[in-house]
Amino acid sequence: MKTIQDINAIREKMQSVIAMRNHGTSKDVKSFEPTHLKREVLICGGTGCHSNKSDKIRDEFNKIIKEKKMENDILIVMTGCFGLCAAGPVVIVYPEGAFYSKVKVEDVAEIVEKHLIGGEIVDRLLHTSPGEVEKVVALSDTNFYKQQKRVALRNCGVIDPENIDEYIAFDGYQALAKVLTSMSSQEVIDEVLKSGLRGRGGAGFPTGRKWQFTHDAVGDVKYVCCNADEGDPGAFMDRSVLEGDPHAVIEAMTIAGYAIGAHQGYIYVRAEYPIAVHRLQVAIGQAKEYGLLGKNIFGLGFDFDLEIRLGAGAFVCGEETALMTSIEGHRGEPRPRPPFPAIKGLFAKPTLLNNVETYANVCQIILNGADWFCQTGTEKSRGTKVFALGGKINNTGLVEVPMGTPLRKVIEDIGGGIPNGKKFKAAQTGGPSGGCIPASLIDTPVDYDSLIAIGSMMGSGGLIVMDEDNCMVDIAKFFLEFTVDESCGKCTACRLGTRRLLEMLTKVTDGTATLETLDEMEKLCYYIKDNSLCGLGQTAPNPVLSTLRYFRDEYEAHVVEKRCPAGVCKKLLNFTIDKEKCIGCGMCARNCPANAISKTDYVAPNHKLPSMVIDSAKCVKCGACMANCKFNAISKG
Amino acid sequence: MSDIKMVNLKIDGIDVSVPAGTTILEAAKTIGIKIPTLCYMKEINEIGACRVCVVEVKGARTLVASCVFPVSEGMEVTTNSERVYNARKTTLELMLSDHKKDCLSCERNLKCELQALSNEYGCNAYRFRGATSKNEPADVTDYLVRDNAKCILCRRCVAVCNKVQTVAVIGANERGFKTNVSPAFEESLAASPCVACGQCINVCPTGALHEKSEIDNVKKAIADPEKIVVVASAPAVRAALGEEFGYPIGTNVEGKMFTALRRLGFDKIFDVNFGADMTIIEESHELVERLTKGGVLPMITSCSPGWVRYMEFYYPDLIPHFSTCKSPQQMTGALIKTYWAEKNGIDPKNIYVVSVMPCTAKKAEKLRDNEQENGYPDVDAVLTTRELAKFIKEKGLMFNELPDGTIDNPLGEFTGAGVIFGASGGVMEAALRTAVEKVTGKTLDKLDFTEVRGMEGIKEATYKVGDLNVKVAVANGLKNAKIICDLIREGKADYQFIEIMCCPGGCINGGGQPILDAYTRRNVDYKSLRANALYSEDAKLKLRKSHDNKAVMEVYETYLGEVGGHKAHEILHTKYVARKKY
Amino acid sequence: MAKTSGVPFQGTKEQEKQLREKLAELKDVQGGLMPALQEAQAIYGYLPKEVQIIIAEVMGVSLEEVYGVVSFYAQFTIVPKGKYKIGVCLGTACYVKGSGEVLAEVEKVLGIKAGQITSDAKFSIDATRCIGCCGLAPVMTVNDDVYGRITAKDVAGILAKYN
Repeated sequence: MKTIQDINAIREKMQSVIAMRNHGTSKDVKSFEPTHLKREVLICGGTGCHSNKSDKIRDEFNKIIKEKKMENDILIVMTGCFGLCAAGPVVIVYPEGAFYSKVKVEDVAEIVEKHLIGGEIVDRLLHTSPGEVEKVVALSDTNFYKQQKRVALRNCGVIDPENIDEYIAFDGYQALAKVLTSMSSQEVIDEVLKSGLRGRGGAGFPTGRKWQFTHDAVGDVKYVCCNADEGDPGAFMDRSVLEGDPHAVIEAMTIAGYAIGAHQGYIYVRAEYPIAVHRLQVAIGQAKEYGLLGKNIFGLGFDFDLEIRLGAGAFVCGEETALMTSIEGHRGEPRPRPPFPAIKGLFAKPTLLNNVETYANVCQIILNGADWFCQTGTEKSRGTKVFALGGKINNTGLVEVPMGTPLRKVIEDIGGGIPNGKKFKAAQTGGPSGGCIPASLIDTPVDYDSLIAIGSMMGSGGLIVMDEDNCMVDIAKFFLEFTVDESCGKCTACRLGTRRLLEMLTKVTDGTATLETLDEMEKLCYYIKDNSLCGLGQTAPNPVLSTLRYFRDEYEAHVVEKRCPAGVCKKLLNFTIDKEKCIGCGMCARNCPANAISKTDYVAPNHKLPSMVIDSAKCVKCGACMANCKFNAISKG
Repeated sequence: MSDIKMVNLKIDGIDVSVPAGTTILEAAKTIGIKIPTLCYMKEINEIGACRVCVVEVKGARTLVASCVFPVSEGMEVTTNSERVYNARKTTLELMLSDHKKDCLSCERNLKCELQALSNEYGCNAYRFRGATSKNEPADVTDYLVRDNAKCILCRRCVAVCNKVQTVAVIGANERGFKTNVSPAFEESLAASPCVACGQCINVCPTGALHEKSEIDNVKKAIADPEKIVVVASAPAVRAALGEEFGYPIGTNVEGKMFTALRRLGFDKIFDVNFGADMTIIEESHELVERLTKGGVLPMITSCSPGWVRYMEFYYPDLIPHFSTCKSPQQMTGALIKTYWAEKNGIDPKNIYVVSVMPCTAKKAEKLRDNEQENGYPDVDAVLTTRELAKFIKEKGLMFNELPDGTIDNPLGEFTGAGVIFGASGGVMEAALRTAVEKVTGKTLDKLDFTEVRGMEGIKEATYKVGDLNVKVAVANGLKNAKIICDLIREGKADYQFIEIMCCPGGCINGGGQPILDAYTRRNVDYKSLRANALYSEDAKLKLRKSHDNKAVMEVYETYLGEVGGHKAHEILHTKYVARKKY
Repeated sequence: MAKTSGVPFQGTKEQEKQLREKLAELKDVQGGLMPALQEAQAIYGYLPKEVQIIIAEVMGVSLEEVYGVVSFYAQFTIVPKGKYKIGVCLGTACYVKGSGEVLAEVEKVLGIKAGQITSDAKFSIDATRCIGCCGLAPVMTVNDDVYGRITAKDVAGILAKYN
């Protein structure tokens, strides 16, 4: 067991190791006093980069460093996610903060030779942001980074998540020490209350109030739970925190345990996140070894232990009562509330449940004070929010911005805009529970209440960007298919309501709906919202309602004109061959799986062979003809 | 009482004061507002899943399920707004969109809770059209039919199977639109360790669950001039059959039933009460033997076939505790085909025995091994109380107008001891009446062993049987049976004699009894009412002890010989087998 | 109507021993059924009836309860998986970038649908939820190998590597 003095000693000792990691900034490099280390190489080990073989890159670095006997001068660190997944695999070399993107194993030798030994930055590997002409050396100088404020992600991409000493070096476990030595449980809750922190998992319930309810609930046994069942398609904020800074969650849960009077915690993680699970396991192991989890933490008499429970592929388990039912070993079906988990939750005991990102803010609030936290964000949405940018956007990845940042800034400045010069059409926030925000509302500030006001929601922070090629009816259908698939099936409103809604929506995309169908859909949407047992059902119609609200013309085009303006809905598509452009090569016919293409009698001027024609009755709308036409003679619409 | 905190609220503008913890549903009932329910079963299925009980609560974002939503101080509830009406109606219409709507020919026509509510709410059954989720053919077993195409997933059957009977052979499988209630791997119930109790049928709001009907077989037998068709009904049938014809719960319609049976064309009307008396003679003898000469104790009754299956599946190690006596149904059948056939010179091959039972497990029991004499099954067909009612209606009999009829002799004679078999504790009481007198040789002053009566799950008492102190236990419902079985297994059961009935309350609440809607089940103590019909018949009868049944004693004297003797064993006793659950 | 895989069970004594050891640890853990199923699937690769029966009996719950849980969660499977497990991500980011076409192509090339296994047990296909590589969308995986930014045209070439 380690005492607070021991932890402080580790922190001191580690300062020399971390000194050059100035959060990726290139300034002050000149004034940097080298310690015993000459350079540090940080390699992103987040899932995105890991999938791109960043572990092989690390091995290569280690191999070469070893060959060159530079182990004492160079430190290779595998970190969590840097955020700019689109640029992965990402490597940063300190003290310069040189930000190398799309690094391949073959590039490693060059980086070692030129940069680590020669001190010369490898220009060709530096990242170029879309819209930025000059190559930027440091990650923190990119547009992507400059406008972010990292609180929850502060250690992601900065520390080695599998090394507790690095976490300690960055003030890790200081908040816990402060709480256990100088704060009463009520003082802890008061601080969280005062910070205005709201749940980052979806609904935005004030975190402090949840803590207070659970604290006040009567019960000898209480539990602290962490919701790491991040199921929104396209959202990976929580995964990144767990992969990059697992101790922040462990420390915060321990603090929560102290605040509400619990001695056991559960982290419910998606099994689809093997790296996160592994790093959590390592972190819990290390925390136990240091006596930061378990009996008599810091020797101060407080006990707290943690267990990981894995999900098994059920989106609904992100709903708090379903999550608890699942931990209890049952089908992850939600339970009616009340009783609320704070009164009767896991194993029928008072239970506090927060999500990963919420916990990731707690230690910073304790260390820096609620007033510090309140300086960021808006009056009703304090602090920052992490978003997973995805879809039709240049800088796919993870960003953390102050609450209230306009959507435009997130998409255009940080996200680098839409690729291929396409037009921004809509942004979808909140995943299957959220809604689509049209281009006309791109200046909406991103905070809980503003998003609700326009029919979307913050959700856990997925932000999917859509361009002119996306059909909004199709997008609504995509999300609804997801919820239909993920509905637990317990309550009628969700089980049958969403299914019938999807069937109506399919009529729209098939061109068999009428305007009455749209009215009936709208009615059914409100019914489902009003009658479903849990949040999944209550929010499931949002993608449909918000697209009906902002893109009704697109729905009507499907219904009235039997036309999909974006050219996505297959049943409404017609492929046509421009007989003037067609040279009659026959590539299209050879690639047609339905034998729907044949020769005509018409030979266009300047061409030798007769042009082709598509029999729309036979056409299966696969698009193979268009993909294989080298002369742009085929169009859809 | 003063300790209970009262909560004040307004429901539809009316002030209501109810104890804290009361649900909105219950609170509304106190002021005469009936909120519809489908999935709700008090304390057994409080899952808020069906959504037909939704109401408006001021300040709540969405409608709330009143069956599970507790009242709170100052709450304002609206149960009758258009918003609520439309919501409930839509919920019902959604259910109907995924429901096999063959209502006109459905088993549950006019007794279907979904149908009744759809009618109340003026539903358009075809408002929503789309895929149906359960398109498999019905699962038909020897005793029960499960037609998931009619299932609305209220899960009342699951709750009763899990929490009341604790066998949990059915449950919710898959999820979302594909969710279905079925046994493991969505296999037939026949492949599961189902005990056949039929309690799931009794709680099903629709026609998704019903008994496997044998009416057609019976009709065929009656129409066959070669066959002598003999019918015998169990005690609990007469206590509930009237409900099917509008009589108040707890009306004993024995006389009308006899007339009806005769008019249906049965050649002889005997009674399972006779078999019950017979069972007592054999079983009390077996008990006294085990008590005095040594044998496996505690001895447990074996008249309830659901319970027998339960023991065979779940506690096969306890089989030696079973009385080896056949059940009254099987004894009656066996004696009809042996004693009665011989006495009247009838070839048993031409006898067709029909028993009318409050029970679905009896349908399975008649097919057991070791339940045939002379190579013929003891019983050929089993009709439930519900099937009998249906048969009566089908034949155009105005049941309520029928005169009281009489029963045939000799196998129609019975005593009060046989009658009370239908209620939990009845077998115990009947056995004690005989055992005490047999052991002491003295006539009992008081025949009522009231300690073992009533609807409590487990009842215990100690009686003096001669010099012996006999500690007895009576359990009903398998959840309670399980408690007793575990005690025996752990060697902690200090009883000598145990009565166990599979169904809660005993046979009067068997899986073949008339369907009561959820509201009645929740608000009326129907089990006690039905049981009282039997206890009052017993009280009125001159003969109340099985050994006073002259017809029974004559069977011994003229045919079987000694009680518990060789021939009695051959005809009246059976064997049990350990069954593999999976 | 029964939902069994139809593939004969070929579990070994060694696997059963492993399973029983794990179950012994989990038997008294609160809510131990989910971890038990996860361990069992790790040992056998899937959860056939024979394995679920062992779990039901050791954990003291009915087989139906076990199956109810297994059939609820997408990751539990009662169908064995192929030697090469192919996953095509249908998360939002991948979907908007055309992963639906990738999946269709995989199905076409292998002649089986998502959720099925080829008759030689070599390949099985699953349509997966977001695997978190949105930066690489659309994404397809074969066991632990991740293929990003692919189109339907790349599918045949990728599969050929495993043949």
